[in-house]
Amino acid sequence: MVRCFLIHTVCPISALSAGECRVLYSRVFGPDETVLSEELQELNPEERRLLQKEKVAVVARQVHSAVTLSREASGRQLVEMVPGEEVLALQDADSGVVRLRAGDPFNEEMSVLWLGVHSLGFAMVCEPHENLLLAEGTLRNLSRHCLEHLHMLGPGSEVLLKSSRIDVLLSRLLPHGQLLFLNHRFAQSLEKEVAAYMAK
Amino acid sequence: MYSHGSESLIKQAREIQEPELQKFYSRLVKLLQGKELGHETVDSLQRLHLILSATKYTRTLPSELRTRLLSLLSSPVEQLQVLSSAVLREMPPLSAEELNYIQENVGQLNSQTAALLLSKAGTRADLSSVCAQLLRGLDNRPSEAPAHSLMHTLPVLNTILTHSPECLTEDHITLLSKRLVDWLRYASIVQGGGASSGRFFTGPRSRQPVPIAELDGMVSGDFFTVLCVGQGFTEDQWMNVYSFSMLHHWLLTYHSVSNGNSTIETDDRSEVDGSVVSMVSATSSSSRLLPPKERLREKAFQYCQRLIEQSDRKAQKKTDTELQKACLVEAVCILDCVCVEDASLVFRTFPFIKALFGRLSADLSFARVLLPIAQFYLNHGEMAAVDCESVWKLVFGQFPAELFSDPFLAHELLRFLRLNLEKFQLGVPQYTHFFPNLLKFLAWDSPAVVDDFVDLLPSLVTPATAVELLHTLLDLPCLSATLILQLRSTCLPISEPGGRGLLSLDAFRNPSFRGLFLFMLRGEAGSGDTIDRLSTLHDLLAEAADWPRVVQCAQTIPVLLHIYFNTVVTVADEKLLAHLILVMLERSSILLNIPTYIKEIHRVFSCHLLRMCKLHPSLVVDQSHELLEFAGIPGNVYSKEELYTHVVWVLGEYLSVSCDSRCSVSLITSCFETLEAVLFEITSSGTPPGTVCPAPRVITTLMSALAKLASRSHDLIPRVSLFLSKLRTVTRGGSVAWCSDEEDLVAIVTRGEELWSLLKAPSVAQSVLTPSPHITTPQWHRDTNVAMPLQLRALTSLTHPQ
Repeated sequence: MVRCFLIHTVCPISALSAGECRVLYSRVFGPDETVLSEELQELNPEERRLLQKEKVAVVARQVHSAVTLSREASGRQLVEMVPGEEVLALQDADSGVVRLRAGDPFNEEMSVLWLGVHSLGFAMVCEPHENLLLAEGTLRNLSRHCLEHLHMLGPGSEVLLKSSRIDVLLSRLLPHGQLLFLNHRFAQSLEKEVAAYMAK
Repeated sequence: MYSHGSESLIKQAREIQEPELQKFYSRLVKLLQGKELGHETVDSLQRLHLILSATKYTRTLPSELRTRLLSLLSSPVEQLQVLSSAVLREMPPLSAEELNYIQENVGQLNSQTAALLLSKAGTRADLSSVCAQLLRGLDNRPSEAPAHSLMHTLPVLNTILTHSPECLTEDHITLLSKRLVDWLRYASIVQGGGASSGRFFTGPRSRQPVPIAELDGMVSGDFFTVLCVGQGFTEDQWMNVYSFSMLHHWLLTYHSVSNGNSTIETDDRSEVDGSVVSMVSATSSSSRLLPPKERLREKAFQYCQRLIEQSDRKAQKKTDTELQKACLVEAVCILDCVCVEDASLVFRTFPFIKALFGRLSADLSFARVLLPIAQFYLNHGEMAAVDCESVWKLVFGQFPAELFSDPFLAHELLRFLRLNLEKFQLGVPQYTHFFPNLLKFLAWDSPAVVDDFVDLLPSLVTPATAVELLHTLLDLPCLSATLILQLRSTCLPISEPGGRGLLSLDAFRNPSFRGLFLFMLRGEAGSGDTIDRLSTLHDLLAEAADWPRVVQCAQTIPVLLHIYFNTVVTVADEKLLAHLILVMLERSSILLNIPTYIKEIHRVFSCHLLRMCKLHPSLVVDQSHELLEFAGIPGNVYSKEELYTHVVWVLGEYLSVSCDSRCSVSLITSCFETLEAVLFEITSSGTPPGTVCPAPRVITTLMSALAKLASRSHDLIPRVSLFLSKLRTVTRGGSVAWCSDEEDLVAIVTRGEELWSLLKAPSVAQSVLTPSPHITTPQWHRDTNVAMPLQLRALTSLTHPQ
């Protein structure tokens, strides 16, 4: 299953200081892994929540540096995108995988698939036995929907103020972190439901 | 994109003050009390979520607000369900009353409530109760319930499986196995959703059920799978998708062979049953005799078989082509899992896998599908007595050479290697010969894969590959540049009109330098440790020294070299270590000129030269000729200060009879003379002012080395003493040309005086500067004859009267 899906900022932006990374959306699926492990039993709920937020922040920082290094190495220039060019933005996006060792920060080893669309990063933390080919397709699909439905290529703040839309999107395309084998017909059916929700 | 507006929103949410927050809460409670919950309510809930999630510190909600939010979980409006679940997830865990409330009021567990319960689960018992609730819903579901109400069941169960597989009892497993079989194998084969055959003027009577279709448009002739399409779908077809999506994980969790003691009996049973089934053709009637778990295995087998056949069809949509690839990966993984559990299935499975391999091996766009196939061959190839050579040639020979720039393939291939390292070392030991190919992943994208190589590199270090591997690692930045040039030369036209022609690109295309680049791009080891014209290559690639990819690669080399050396001292014999010392000395001047790269490499060399000589002191006598040659070049003092210092140190320390009996007086003398000459030259007053000074550490090391050598051959003592007293005289006169810092000069002179006075008593000097082994490796506490406690006891008994 997918443990976590997050959207965060990448690359230097005028609104933030260099190297700083803001998590715009994060969704951790399933129970808190510290609850069921032998160590860390003495943490209280506030500490657990803090720990989980920190873990998400660690993932965001790792992806942030991976995107930065990848863009530096490829030397490609970033082109300004405007709303309406979501498909093009995705085609041009950088992508890659980061390996997180066991314990750093999740209890087990994880693979983080990421997409860098201009100054936005979309990351999906997967368990290593997961079908990464399917995960990659799902990540691209999710990112496209997020970019479109939340107008993320524009200067608005819908990603912060309309996060329930992403929740609904995830509940259809990645329910409880489950990757789904959806052919175009199944996907169409789910996307129609999502579009109906977004229109409200 | 992320704007100042968004940043200020987050700041506001984080810094909202308590009074304002309380006002907001009460306003929200009022809104939620109303009959109609409109846009303002939704917006406020959304803002509440932002306030709660923007900070990592937990905020508390007034209990009335919490109660209202809980009631929203069962709201018919999905948006309210979603928002209340999202808000409550940011809160501390639910109290017992709240959990009871949910049990009683939310009725059948909807997806959002399940998500909340999962995320707030505090113990395994909590997860078990969610699990039990869901399965109850599965068992006795009223037929009028909406189609989507069941669909989150399997994903939630999959989540529980991931974290706590013990939450499912044997009965649960049996129940689910049966339902999974139904959904996977016996889903409806007509299109759902009231699909008509497409004609306009149809009445209800002419609504004939339309069969499902394949991805290429043909009518489907077999059972429903994820690769079947229709205008609409029935509920069991949806469940087919959800079932297949979690099938692999289910099999891994409950069907793995190492799963507890109960599998011993199931193994025996399945072996018998499996062989019965394999003799009969795979028709469903005979498998009805099998218990649920085994039946699921058989159906999973059939499903994967069908998927492999369906993937051969040409899909009409591009997304479906991608799905076919993903399905192939999943199918092969499931077949592998099933065959690991029941070895008799291997003989039924291998023909498919082999055919698939034959079909796909020529097409590099299927590389990621071929990796699970390779895993299958690795796991079962021996049992089926199949020759796997072509598989390894493809995976290690072709993939890295052509697909090094695909980050996903790199990740998966290296992971494949990492997870099966032991199997490879036992069964396919020749994989180490492909290290030049494997290192291409590292040369291309070092930051992403260096972690994998930290794990993989030790296994690649063997006595056969050690020397070539060292050369290859040192030249990895060159490989990085070469790969860039290779890609550019295929992308760019032969001559760029008016563009900045890259000198290195021209060199890459130049036939007379072809051999150099081809050596860099070689796939296998064994064709030579390195090339003669290495410095030519470095000159040709000089402009690559500031290409970001090359610089990133260079930054990872020191770490990997440490790992290399740490491993090589455990596998190499002295002869090989001697060879490696030569390589280090030789390569210290033949490195691609990237800023700080050369210095870093010298530092690594120095550290490990020291370690190697400490482990095998006779290496110094063995390689004395080359070491002296290196130490005798005054230029090295300035250009390779770190390495030079260490070479001089090991010469001083280990060139003695106690380390190696072959050390003769003439050897000591010639070494002395070499070092003396260099010391004279670098401290001569003849150096023009303004030239760079030798590092003080070099001077003191030289002095110490000379003193040590003199202590072993006492005729040399007068010469050293003369130099040291001259040194004192010269420095009394004030500053000197070869040392700019006053403090350093004082330190050098002090050391000189210490050595001078030590050498006045030659036998003392000898025991201090060339201590015999039993002094440097004391074991009085271990030696029973000289153990301190014994001595003390003896003394005590002697001195104390009885």
